[in-house]
Formats: sequence, C-alpha cells, structure tokens
Amino acid sequence: MRRTAAIVGVGYSGFRSISPDLSYKEMMYEAAAKAYEDAGVDPQRDIESFVSVAEDFNEGTSIFDEYVPDQIGGALKPVHTIPGDGIHGLIAAYMQLLTGAMDIVMVEAHSKASNALTLSDVMAYAMEPIYNRPLGANPHFIAGMEMNRYLHSTGTTEEQCAQVVVKNRGNGFLNPSAAHGARVDLEMVLSSETVFYPLKKLEISSHADGAVVMVLASGEVAEELTSLPIWIRGVGWCNETPSLETRDWEGATYARKSAEMAYGMAGIRHPWQEIDFAEIDDTYAYKELQHMEALNLCRKGEAGHLVQEGATELDGAFPVNPSGGTLGVGHLLDASGLGRALEVVLQLRGEAGERQLGEVETGLAFGWRGVPTTSGAAVVLSV
Amino acid sequence: MSAKIESFPGTPLSQADLDAGKVLTTYWKPKLEYGWDAGVAISRYLEELKNGRIIGIKCSRCRRVVVPPRVVCEWCWEPMNDWVYLQDTGTVNTYSICYIRWDASRAKEPQFPAVIWIDGASNAGFLHLLDEVDPDDVKIGMKVQAVWKPAEERAGSITDIEYFKPL
Amino acid sequence: MGMRKVAVVGAGMTKFMRRAQETGRELAYQATKMALDSCEMTLDDIDSVALGTAPDAFDGVHMKGEYLSDGAGAWNKPYMRCYVGGGTGVFAAIQGWYQVASGLFDTCLVVCEEKMSSCKPHPQGAFLTIFDHTTERALKPNLIWIFALEMNRYMTVHGLEKKDIARVAVKNKRNALDHPCAQVAADITVEDVLNSEVLAWPVQRLDVSPTSDGAASMVLAAEHVAKRITDKPVWIKGVGWSLDTAYWTNRDLYYPKYVESAARMAYDMAGIKEPRKEIHVVEPYDPFDYKELHHLEGLLLCEKGEAPRLTADGVTARDGDMPVCPSGGLLGVGNPIAASGIMKLNEIFWQLRGEAGKRQVPGQPRTGLAQSWGDLMQVGCVVVLGI
Repeated sequence: MRRTAAIVGVGYSGFRSISPDLSYKEMMYEAAAKAYEDAGVDPQRDIESFVSVAEDFNEGTSIFDEYVPDQIGGALKPVHTIPGDGIHGLIAAYMQLLTGAMDIVMVEAHSKASNALTLSDVMAYAMEPIYNRPLGANPHFIAGMEMNRYLHSTGTTEEQCAQVVVKNRGNGFLNPSAAHGARVDLEMVLSSETVFYPLKKLEISSHADGAVVMVLASGEVAEELTSLPIWIRGVGWCNETPSLETRDWEGATYARKSAEMAYGMAGIRHPWQEIDFAEIDDTYAYKELQHMEALNLCRKGEAGHLVQEGATELDGAFPVNPSGGTLGVGHLLDASGLGRALEVVLQLRGEAGERQLGEVETGLAFGWRGVPTTSGAAVVLSV
Repeated sequence: MSAKIESFPGTPLSQADLDAGKVLTTYWKPKLEYGWDAGVAISRYLEELKNGRIIGIKCSRCRRVVVPPRVVCEWCWEPMNDWVYLQDTGTVNTYSICYIRWDASRAKEPQFPAVIWIDGASNAGFLHLLDEVDPDDVKIGMKVQAVWKPAEERAGSITDIEYFKPL
Repeated sequence: MGMRKVAVVGAGMTKFMRRAQETGRELAYQATKMALDSCEMTLDDIDSVALGTAPDAFDGVHMKGEYLSDGAGAWNKPYMRCYVGGGTGVFAAIQGWYQVASGLFDTCLVVCEEKMSSCKPHPQGAFLTIFDHTTERALKPNLIWIFALEMNRYMTVHGLEKKDIARVAVKNKRNALDHPCAQVAADITVEDVLNSEVLAWPVQRLDVSPTSDGAASMVLAAEHVAKRITDKPVWIKGVGWSLDTAYWTNRDLYYPKYVESAARMAYDMAGIKEPRKEIHVVEPYDPFDYKELHHLEGLLLCEKGEAPRLTADGVTARDGDMPVCPSGGLLGVGNPIAASGIMKLNEIFWQLRGEAGKRQVPGQPRTGLAQSWGDLMQVGCVVVLGI
C-alpha cells in the first residue's frame, strides 16, 4: 500500500508586476514564514527536506541553488533545487515523503521576473542552439504556430480563445493577490495587435513577481498538524520532445500523459465528473483550451464551446482558473504551476474569498514550462 | 562490465581539429541583463558603505552579529532588525595570492583576495581584496583596515572600500 | 512499512574529453545507451528519467534540462532535472533513488551530462556569475579564489605543507592510467605538482582537475525488478545530502560540516556505525587534490587533519587498506561536473561487482561510497552502495 501525504501549510508573497522593496531572498522568506506559521512548524527543528524550484538564467545567477537555504530555514539541512515547474518541485517533495525517509518537507518557487531586464532574450536562449536559435526568431512564434494548428484541427475559433482572456482577467479582478486582474471585453482582446498570428497581444500572459511555499507532511503527521489537510491523490508529469521538428503540434501530449498518470494514481476514471474545478496553465489563452482537452476534462474541440457557454466561469459547471490563471495572476516563471496549485489549496480550504467556489472537494492543477518546451506536470488534490 | 568493455563512446577533438575547420561551430552571444532589487537588508548595508561605515545585524536569540546583514537568522529562524555598526578593521581569516585572470590567462599583477572577519561581528565577515602588502608578509590572522574611496566617489557598493591594508 | 529497496543494475559513460565532437544531447545518448545495453534493457523498460547537469552557462542553453531530454531518453516519459551545483552528479542518483523508493516507478534512468567546452572563451566564464550579485560580483571574483581560500584555511589550521596535499594528485592521476575514459591520466611526481604553475596560491596547476565534456548514466530498479535483471544487483544502502549557508564568509572553511551532515544521514539510513571499518572503497569528490582530504575527514573516515597522513602512508592507494579514488577521480579521469559524480558511482558499482578490471581493488569490497560537493563550498551529497 502506498503511503499518503498532504499539504499542511501554504504561504505566498505577491503577486505584483514589480517588487522593488524586497530582494528575492526577502520575498522567499516572507512566503516561507507564512507557510511555516500556517503549518505550525519550525524549519530548523521540524522540516526534514527542502525543495526549491529555480532556473539560473531566470535569476541571473549561475548555480542559483547556492542562495536558497538561509531564507527558507534550510541551512545545513537536505536542500536541493529542481529546475522545472513548481509542480515538478511539489512532486519531488511528495516522492521524498513517499519513500518513508521523511515526514515533513517543503517546496518553494518564486519569480523575480521584473529583475530580468531582457526576458525575451532569456527565452530565446532556451532554443536549440545549432539549427533553431540562429534563425533569430522571437520564441513566441512557437505558440503562434501551435495555436494555428490547434484552431485548424479542432475548429476552435479565435473568439473562443479570446473569451479565455475575458474570463481569467475577470477572475483575477476578484483575487487580491492577482497582478493583472481587469475587466476586459471580447472586442478589446480581438482588436489587440496580432503579434504572432493568430496569437494576439492580450492573449499572452504578462509576468509578475512573487513566491509560493508549501509544507507537505506524510499521512499521520499531516493529521496531527492540521484539521484540514489537503491530500495529494495523484501526480503526473511528462516531457514530450524539445524538437520543433518532430513534436506533436496538436494535442499537447505532455499534458495528456501527465494527466493519465495522475488520474491513474488517484483512481479517477471520469475527470469531468470526479474533479470539481481546475487551475491549468494558460500562458497563452488558447493553451487553457488545448490543455483542458489534453487533460481529458472535455472532448477534443469542445473546450472552446465550454468557455463560450460560460461552463468554466466561477459559477459554471466546471470552473477553470478561478484565481485568474496565469493571464490574471501573472506569469510567475518557474513558480507558475505552484501558483496554480496554491489556488487549488485555497479553494479546497474555503479560503478563496470573493472568488470562492461552493462545495468543492477535488481540484486539479496543471503547469507547463512554456515555449519552447513540451514539459508539464499535474497534481490532483482533495480535502 | 567495465572490465569487459573494450571501447567507450565519445570523440575527442584537438585544438588542431578546430583550427583546421574539421568541425562546424555555431556562435551565440546572449543578451542577458539584470537589475536586482537589493531589498531591505542589503540596501541599508550599501547605504552605510556609501557613508563610509560597515553595518551588521544582530540576532536577538543567538546574539550573533553578522555581516552582510540579512532579515532572518538562518540558524534560529528569528527575524533580525537590531542593526549594529561595526569597525572597519578585521582579521584575515584566509587569503590567496592570485596570478591568473578568470579566463586562466596570466594577470599582470597578483591580487590578494581574502575573507576578512570584521571586528564587532561574531566570526563573520566578507570577501574583499588586500593591498599595500608584500606576498611574503601576508598571513592568516593578520589585522587589517579598510581603505575607503573618497566620500564623493562612493556609490553604495562593496567597492566603496577599495581594499584592506595591514594595520 | 519499511523502505523500498533500490538497486543499481546498469552503468555507462562516455570518454571524458577537453572537447567532444558530440553535442550534449549526443553525449547523453551515448552514455545512456551504454548503461541500458549493460543490463540488456531498452527504453521501453524505463519508467522515469532523472537528469543531472550543472550550470546552463556551460552548454549555453537556458533550461538546459529541457534541451537535453531527448538525448537522455526521456521522450514521453516523466522527466525531472535536479541541481545542486557541483554536487549534482551524486545528487541525480539520489533523485533517482527517491523516484523508485517512492513506489511510483520500478525503473529509473539517471543521466548526467556536461559540455563545458561550449562556453567561450573559457568555461571558467560560467562561474563569474556564481557570486552574490550585489555584495560580491563588483569585486570581480575569480572562481579559483574561493578554492584557494578554503585550501589555505585547511592547510593553516592543520599546519600542512603543499607536499602533503600533492600526493593526492599523484595518486589519482596514476590510478587514472587504468581508466579507459581518462582525460588527464599521468605518471607524475610530487615535485611535478610543486613545480607546476601557481594559479592562486596555494592552488597550482596540477592541484586542479580539468574542464571536460562527457556524460555518464546508470539504471536503477526496485528490488523485485532488479532481481529479474541481474544476479549481481548493487543496492543503494543509504543517501544523504546537505546544503550549508550561502554566507560562506561567515563559516570556518577548514572543515566541511555539510559533508559530515550528509554522511551522517546516509550512514543512518545504511545502518553504518563505524564508517572507517564498514566502508571498503571510497570515491570522494576530488576536483582539487585538497578536496579529497577535506572530504575524507568530513565523511568521518578519519580524524580532522589526519587524511594527509593516510595518503602518505599509502592507506588510500588502490591496494591500500582504504582505497580512495581507484577510478583516478576527477583529477585523473576528468571533470564534466555532473557526469563526474555518476562516474564515481559507476566506479563503486563496478568495484563491488568485481568488474573494475585493472582498477579492481583487492579484498572483494562489499560496501562503497561516492560523494560530491559544490556550490560555494557548501553542498555535500553521499550515496552508500553495497552488495
């Protein structure tokens, strides 16, 4: 029988377009201090392992993990980084609990996107260096190409994609920690500049600064620590291929396979019925729709209709991105997925304020690492 | 297995192979620029350097005084906000005499990087350079003092101290 | 519930080279293919992939793990990269261990790659940005400073001379003559080391490992699967890791506490009470000769300051009482950062199986240890293997 584990504390700092008052260390400290208070733990005494999520070039520091331990209370303790999405980090922490070697672990992810002054050049630096990068194209073109293929193969319309922006930035308006909440209408989105055809400017999420920390504990310890543990029921992650030449341009295979693994672990056969809501990557508006289909939350070509009908609104049959998603909260670089998982925890604990959904017991969070990757990670959480 | 394996994969290239153009190479110089927010603790530290002073911070639990300052004690998980002015003198905890540049080429003059434990701090200090010292005289445990830039040239940087010299 | 047992069942590596013709992806593929072939497995038999690779600045690719995924055999698989600077290699095996020990997977491929030669004009350039961006980089620090500072502190506290330390370089480079992948194997003397160019006193040219391109892989399996794959599984008995404070100028560098902390964690898990007696062959991280000594002390394999004497007495020679770096280590085989950690684990794997050929240590060792180190002289990662 597999051991069980739950999230017993969360804390965050942000999310804001800029954060000149705090260093990245101080931002991580703020999030960690809140999470430890929430979980009722002392890091040096109680936490047995620390996982931090970071990529060197997002930070502007080589070997960034050097600077991780102090402000999360992990000095001279087991600490390591995962250069991945925040949900990869959450899964790494979860696996450590499942071994039985640990009882309390933490995961941290953050973004100081405002400090990377040439962020689009950083993104271009992720391109395959020998035969793709020399083309010198802005990597958002990959999203434009994929969106084009997605619209073509599913019959999804540009209006339906634009509706995702209206919904998510509107949800963000109800979320005090969202950096980019706004009331925008369909016309504003559709008439915004077409930057990477058919992708429009307002369909690309903007960055934000912030940090997210979660404390995880193994089954019995979790129940001692809190009356409301949020159980990790399933996790899944997958890389398809970094190659632009051979990847699946239609179906987000990485999301499909991540979900298959997570649902398998959670014993979920009919995700639409058995999951109450989802927080899924919407770095680009069409990605929310494509990911919904790949995550088997609806049939292929159906997501656009669902958003148009309002089924994924806060009061819809299956709310998607009640936090405002990446479009509303802001893109948190490596912390984006953990930001999605944070909202799932807050909703399940009934702490989501004005955007609180009624009667939710199970939620899904899914993160994607952005262009040019095909790397995703999913987690199913339940009260 | 190692004993049974006759050849391992991999194709070493020599500088001659590269010079002769036997392999193709693509080049890319990334444009990477950052402007890091210094935050609460380090902003004050830099501001005081501009004033010609070294400031540390004290943990109210373990009573350690540390420099560079930080907002939380990494051992006690106690918020730190008890600022303490330190001396601009200290002890060489360890040093090196460096004859090469970062790309491994020879430097014209050797440099003397050192960890200096600052007087007034609890076995804590920072990385800086020594000067006005002969390679034969530099010792671990020697007392040194900061040589500051003129006030009008200080910018709020660790380089507001030009170097440390023997006391 | 007891912990799930995890075994190493296959190992592979490329040659270590100053410059490889292969791309990083190709190196990762070659090492991985060899590891799979060594245990007659294919990618279809692999459930997950754990990748280790050090700074992106070497290969010159942001999110380098994503770029390498195909070469590492991760297509359509759960794939995760871990990172603890120079400690990444041995840590990647720890990540592979926790993936299998968690019960989520029965097999895991651990792949480490480094292509340092891509970084121009010199791989050391990748290290310029490891220092604190606000309080240190303005001093234009050179990577070698910090090792010289640590080495000097170690020598001064224990009253050591350069020759006490140079013996490590002589031993390891000589051991490497028997390693088919070695980049800088040589038969040198202590005098050669002492007469080599002074880079940053006390660090001289022959005290240092080279920069390298290379990859190394291993295959891990859960107990029930491992026994089907091989009749000679090598078990991961204990793992440990520890990251000390980033405020390295607030620590006394003479002793690596972080290695001790990691070692204690690994020994606890492995049930080792007297490491000096119970561990038969050791591969501590040796990017510099003094680090082998420093790490032997941190690993509690000798008293503080005692390691140089053990070396002088031949205890750490390949045919000594406690063979240390029989592979030739980083000083002899080479140092493609993350890959060198797996090279060390592969060596222990081969030694315990009695398959190390000319490098085989006498006495049929049953327990061995590999350790890596990195960051701002800050991280220790330890894996204890046993049969």
